[in-house]
Amino acid sequence: MTAETFPQRAHRSLRDSQLRRNLAKATSTIRTKTAKVSAELPDWEALRDAGQAIKRETLAELDRHLVALEESVTRAGGVVHWAADAAEARRIIVGLAKAHGAEQVIKIKSMTTDEVELNPALEAAGIRPFETDLADMIVQMAHEKPSHLLVPAIHKNRSEIGALFRDQMDRPDLSDQPGDLTRAARAYLRDKFIETPVAISGANFAVAETGSVVVVESEGNGRMCLTLPKVLISIMGIEKVLPEWEHLEVFLQLLPRASTGERMNPYTSIWTGTQAGERRAGDGPGEFHLVLLDNGRSKILADEAARATLHCIRCSRCLNVCPVYQRAGGHAYDSMYQGPIGAILTPQLKGLDAAGSLPFASSLCGACQEVCPVRIPIPDILVHLRGRVVREGHAGLGEGLAMKAAGTLFDHPALMALALSMGRAAQAPLARDGRIERLPPPLDGWSLGRDFPALPKESFRAWWKRRKASR
Amino acid sequence: MSDREAVLAAVRAALGAAPAPSPAQSAYRRKGEMDAAAAQARFLERLADYDVHVEVLDDVQAIAPTVARRMAERETVTLAIPADLPRAWIPENARVLADDALPYPALDTRPSVLTGCALAIAETGTVVLDAGAAQGRRALTLLPDHHLCVVFARQVVETVPEALQNLKAAVDAGRPLTFFSGPSATADIEFDRVVGVHGPRALDILLVRD
Amino acid sequence: MLVSLFITCFNDALFPQTGQAVVTVLERLGCEVAFPEAQSCCGQMHNNSGYQQEAVSLVRRFVEVFEDAEAIVAPATSCVAMIRGQYPRLARAAGDAKLERRVAALAPRVFEFTEFLTDRLGIEDVGAYYPHRVTYHSSCNSLRALALGDRPLRLLRAVRGLELVELAWAEECCGFGGTFAVKNAETSTAMLADKLRHVLDTGAEVCTAGDNSCLMHIGGGLSRQRTGVRAVHLAEILACTEQTAPAS
Repeated sequence: MTAETFPQRAHRSLRDSQLRRNLAKATSTIRTKTAKVSAELPDWEALRDAGQAIKRETLAELDRHLVALEESVTRAGGVVHWAADAAEARRIIVGLAKAHGAEQVIKIKSMTTDEVELNPALEAAGIRPFETDLADMIVQMAHEKPSHLLVPAIHKNRSEIGALFRDQMDRPDLSDQPGDLTRAARAYLRDKFIETPVAISGANFAVAETGSVVVVESEGNGRMCLTLPKVLISIMGIEKVLPEWEHLEVFLQLLPRASTGERMNPYTSIWTGTQAGERRAGDGPGEFHLVLLDNGRSKILADEAARATLHCIRCSRCLNVCPVYQRAGGHAYDSMYQGPIGAILTPQLKGLDAAGSLPFASSLCGACQEVCPVRIPIPDILVHLRGRVVREGHAGLGEGLAMKAAGTLFDHPALMALALSMGRAAQAPLARDGRIERLPPPLDGWSLGRDFPALPKESFRAWWKRRKASR
Repeated sequence: MSDREAVLAAVRAALGAAPAPSPAQSAYRRKGEMDAAAAQARFLERLADYDVHVEVLDDVQAIAPTVARRMAERETVTLAIPADLPRAWIPENARVLADDALPYPALDTRPSVLTGCALAIAETGTVVLDAGAAQGRRALTLLPDHHLCVVFARQVVETVPEALQNLKAAVDAGRPLTFFSGPSATADIEFDRVVGVHGPRALDILLVRD
Repeated sequence: MLVSLFITCFNDALFPQTGQAVVTVLERLGCEVAFPEAQSCCGQMHNNSGYQQEAVSLVRRFVEVFEDAEAIVAPATSCVAMIRGQYPRLARAAGDAKLERRVAALAPRVFEFTEFLTDRLGIEDVGAYYPHRVTYHSSCNSLRALALGDRPLRLLRAVRGLELVELAWAEECCGFGGTFAVKNAETSTAMLADKLRHVLDTGAEVCTAGDNSCLMHIGGGLSRQRTGVRAVHLAEILACTEQTAPAS
């Protein structure tokens, strides 16, 4: 586990001006589109209310809905597996792939598989995983990590991707044009789609009432993976279950408009077990496995002040409006979940000891909550997690003492007045023309590009007393 | 303890004995308000925002000649069809490939494919296949590079909720659904939209005003 | 009307002129101003840094000091947002039902300064004169938590001699965020750099806002870059008249 903190990782990305430009361009484009298509619906706010209410009600009886989903998927010919943690999820999926003698697998929508670190486990078992989403493929080929929930290769520009494809696909003829690069990806994957017998997918939603699983996508790689291979293994976090079919009415409107800024994403596939597959090949897998993953989610569920973290539908809209994400970039979060949602989700999944700097990686500006399609109160959860970091002993001792001291001062105005007069004396060598250019540690970070106002001669309180006395 | 029991026990422990919240009243639109003509107009307006080729036809007889013309324009010679496609839709001189569990390579890229649909959604410009009549299996509309899809005006509903309500019966019967809104696309490189990735790169919607 | 001024700890120590301006404006409009001297900090720094227990004792102090006030006015958007948004939560988390009730009873009487002028007094023209080119930065709390809308702008537009210039990317945070500015200093200053560029692009002489925390941040950057552009709290602009305004 890396001991690096968010500020240390951000230190690198903030110096990468190419990255800053790539991020600014992409996020402002998406931001404009999502704002337009969400404002277009007269009932957008009502849809957000409904989305929030459905998620809240579902989580409140999550056990019942999971058991119902297990029943309905099984009835439709699927097999349901339960994984309490990442290791169990890997064991189940690698075991299934091996049982089918797979030498390679094709993958779609793999955030959850990233979370359980599936690819290294497949490779260790001699099975080569092929990411089929264009951006995931780019990240995989470059041996990098995704930096955006929706656009995982947002940190790379066309010339970087062109160079990568020319090298990895052995295609010296390729230009840097996105059209050319996309055609190259199509050609590279075509045979793999048609010949690979095992596919692994994530899931956007699963409906307990009907046993249906939903994947939304744009490129058609999802349709390929979900339709052609004989065996399909889908993995989903337990929070993704929706009790009723009717609930899709809400989420199939919220997700595309909040995510890519489209009225509807190009492709949505909804399949129900293997019933269709039994009737005719080429209409879905003959064998379907659904892996239900906990891996820390039940712990989030137990923390009521943070439970709404599990409402997330992974639209990534909070990333696109976040001034911190836009500047620090996705890699600063060191997780497949980045941005504001990553800052609350990752520390809860990985632990506050490992990712305790993330809840502090926010100015609490509230832009995320303002746009979240399921109204997750991200700033409140950030503040709550900061409290847990402190209470569970992951904050610095010095900070704790300083905060205690400040608390005492604030609670005793006379002491405060004394401290201020001491401050006025202490600042004398630092202050010039009413400003301080260099603050001493631990406040020296402020002095990076900012002057600090010198303490004025008289506090408001002192002025008020003087004024009262003179009247 | 199995992982199943462990997960369920952890969830139950997390929830404790707190009562479930009472269901909130939903205020979103579950029905549209447009008449049929307005919904069709909206559907066409939305399609115009995608890279879709649209033909508006006055009757069923116009389907076959339009298909023939579009195939000529796209320079395809073979027309893949689901076995139950109405004969009247098929151009007379077309080289027809009726899908009867054809191997995938036979469908790959070259032919045009002609199907009907389950319904269409005006508000989003979406067409939905539900493995019902004249739609074939999913691979048939996925592997060919040119998909011609016949949508009858009466199949256009205004909103997403209405579409999902109408599709429930197919889902209960275990049939898979495919929603498509324009041809396949990606914005993964610099968020520049590129049309045509793995799914059909050309999509024709033939809207029949019957 | 008797108005109890909640100056906020930050303004008390660093920006007394803002409090003096608030007193000037309120008295000009016929209010009587009280300053309960037992007041302290709203607890925001402690709360937002994770020291919620320390914050709760400041919640108690605030409630005790201001409980009987008719109207409480604070010239700080983030402190008012703290009281409205976080106090109920803190009281609940502390398991103190009585405190929760007292907070609920008190919160509706706490006003942000511009909100008090426009909503409670129903006044937009406060008789100010300020012959300068000014741009307005909407703090995140005025924009989102308090949803002040155009109240501050309506007040500024009514100021004689003031030329108001619109700030581009007005909804974006300046990068202050309390301890964020120190803990994540590089990200914070990267945000500030863009904000400063937009401020300078307006050609304004003065950048104003309803919160001195943003203004200390923006002003600190403007000062470091020796731009000559000043950061001035909105109350100080509203306090100026033909008699007090320095010659431009």
